[in-house]
Amino acid sequence: MGKSLYEKVFDRHVVTRLPSGQYQLLTGLHLIHEVTSPQAFSMLEGRGLGVLMPERTFATVDHIIPTKSQLRPFSDSLAEEMMIALERNVKKHGIRYLSPDTGEQGIVHVIGPEQGLTQPGMTIACGDSHTSTHGAFGAIALGIGTSQVRDVLATQTLAMDKLKVRRIEVTGALRPGVYAKDVTLTIIGKLGVNGGVGYAYEYGGAVIDRMSMEERMTLCNMSIEGGARCGYVNPDETTFRYIEGRKFAPKGDAWGRAVADWTSLRSDADAAYDDVVTLRGEDIEPVVTWGITPGQSVGVTGSIPSSQQFPESERGIVEEAYEYMSLKAGQAIRGTKVDVAFIGSCTNGRLSDFEEVVRLIQGKGFKVKPHVRALVVPGSQAVRRAMIDKGYDKVFSDAGFEFREAGCSMCLAMNPDKLTGREVCASSSNRNFKGRQGSPTGRTLLMSPAMVAAAAIAGEVTDARDLFHIA
Amino acid sequence: MQDVKRIVIKGRAVPVRGNDIDTDRIIPARFLKTVVFDGLGEHSFEDDRAQLKAAGKTHPLDDARFAGARVLLVNRNFGCGSSREHAPQALIRWGQGLQAIVGESFAEIFFGNCVATGVPCAVVDAATAEALLSAVEKDPALEVQVDLRTKTVTAGSASYPFSIPDGPRTQFMEGRWDSTAELLAAKDKVRATAAKIPYFNSYGS
Repeated sequence: MGKSLYEKVFDRHVVTRLPSGQYQLLTGLHLIHEVTSPQAFSMLEGRGLGVLMPERTFATVDHIIPTKSQLRPFSDSLAEEMMIALERNVKKHGIRYLSPDTGEQGIVHVIGPEQGLTQPGMTIACGDSHTSTHGAFGAIALGIGTSQVRDVLATQTLAMDKLKVRRIEVTGALRPGVYAKDVTLTIIGKLGVNGGVGYAYEYGGAVIDRMSMEERMTLCNMSIEGGARCGYVNPDETTFRYIEGRKFAPKGDAWGRAVADWTSLRSDADAAYDDVVTLRGEDIEPVVTWGITPGQSVGVTGSIPSSQQFPESERGIVEEAYEYMSLKAGQAIRGTKVDVAFIGSCTNGRLSDFEEVVRLIQGKGFKVKPHVRALVVPGSQAVRRAMIDKGYDKVFSDAGFEFREAGCSMCLAMNPDKLTGREVCASSSNRNFKGRQGSPTGRTLLMSPAMVAAAAIAGEVTDARDLFHIA
Repeated sequence: MQDVKRIVIKGRAVPVRGNDIDTDRIIPARFLKTVVFDGLGEHSFEDDRAQLKAAGKTHPLDDARFAGARVLLVNRNFGCGSSREHAPQALIRWGQGLQAIVGESFAEIFFGNCVATGVPCAVVDAATAEALLSAVEKDPALEVQVDLRTKTVTAGSASYPFSIPDGPRTQFMEGRWDSTAELLAAKDKVRATAAKIPYFNSYGS
């Protein structure tokens, strides 16, 4: 019986079995940011400990950074205080910091791959649940809490349980106007927001094989929304082409040896899985969430489901969602008025996400509806520069979108970009939880960047395939 | 020295009903703008509490009948979403400090963060969760006891089994839930393991 990539990579990184029965797992790459690291550094200092392998930790700033202007000091004194703490900690411990001044700053899950730091076969940890993104490269990438950030800093290891592996196979092909975001929302809708607890998700099948690296990142990013601690795609030529030549990629003779090693880590053809789920690519529609969990979603041509369609145990949160969202069962999702549109985040803030929207709107005279506030927020400074080089900033500005600086922005409301009151936001981000976008009563509809752009232009949820004549 | 063993947690309980309660609800992101965990407690469930208050209702955490609770009772997939350890860090600082959670299931990162924070999460079946929630709603003065030795949760005269993985259970009972010390013990093995992994050695270049 063969092994899955998860098993091969996990086994290679096991240092020892702990008395608790958990494994002590060596961590190859540690990414830190301003929100979940300061307490970890304080705990280290409280114990008189240092950082064991500072060369394996990289820092950036993303959650709190304003996107109108990155100029210091920030007007929010709490945000400024967090910046100062991060700067002090990285300096003290000799950690490389991709700060705004370097031109390499960005959302931690955008810059890891962009810099070539994220590579197949690695174990990657970061104090952020969307670390699952890096699994797109065939890495085991785990979101961790602050005490575990402390553990990685002090020991370069984590105490971890070994997960089960569920292979999710997406066969055939996606229809035009259907994107990686729709695939992940469909999977979460099918398996539930807690369906992945205890599992690593291995994504495969013809649809995944054809995806670009950035699409695979979108897919793996939301594994956590399905309850899976991590998700991954086996590395292939697409992966290697993406990495080659990037700043931290292996160079010269090492490149060939790296590719050979990465190839050997792919799941064996006869690998055993704890579960296998198959979806047909052709069945996937553009998806919009209507509720308060990423699992509460519907195809854009569909209507809000009745609570009777759910098992008894689900009905409570379904009813709660109707009330919070002010939506009724049976109502079409199309035509839901939106006040705000947000394209960005670690889910959909990469160059290809913006490129696709530009392709759809450029030269057609589309304008954002006057009542809609529309934000385009690049996931990194490098993405932003590339957009400017290609003139995308102008395409977006001309259409009525605000083109911003790099950061997490409106995904999570730790910076000035927030909803107010009961605003409804069409969002390319990953979470539609109550209050997630900064207003305790704000409402989020998750969808692909193309669907967000369509909603911004129509002023309401609409089928991007119709608006943009995608066929 | 502070006793770090977690063997029996007992006291009044507070029932917070609902599936899929995410960590943004437990501690909204705006309160994460801090470099310490102090002061988070009072913001536990802040937005849920404020909304109920505005609607003329009372969140269980604000309900005087449940004041001083030590045990939090919940339903399914509690603590999903963001990996913020600030969630359990807030709960242990709420009121007298919530020191154990009993529910149908817990999101994985949250469960781990609770271990790191010294908060046992006890898993019960749906019927038991319902029985506990209703019992405490009916009689808020009821003493609830979470006993890791016997893996039972007792509410008044009724007792129910719960499950918790053996590893964390032992860590709690022996006061070894702080992972750093254990991980530090294997420092030499860490170097030896790294020496065998190609990328730790730049693929031999």
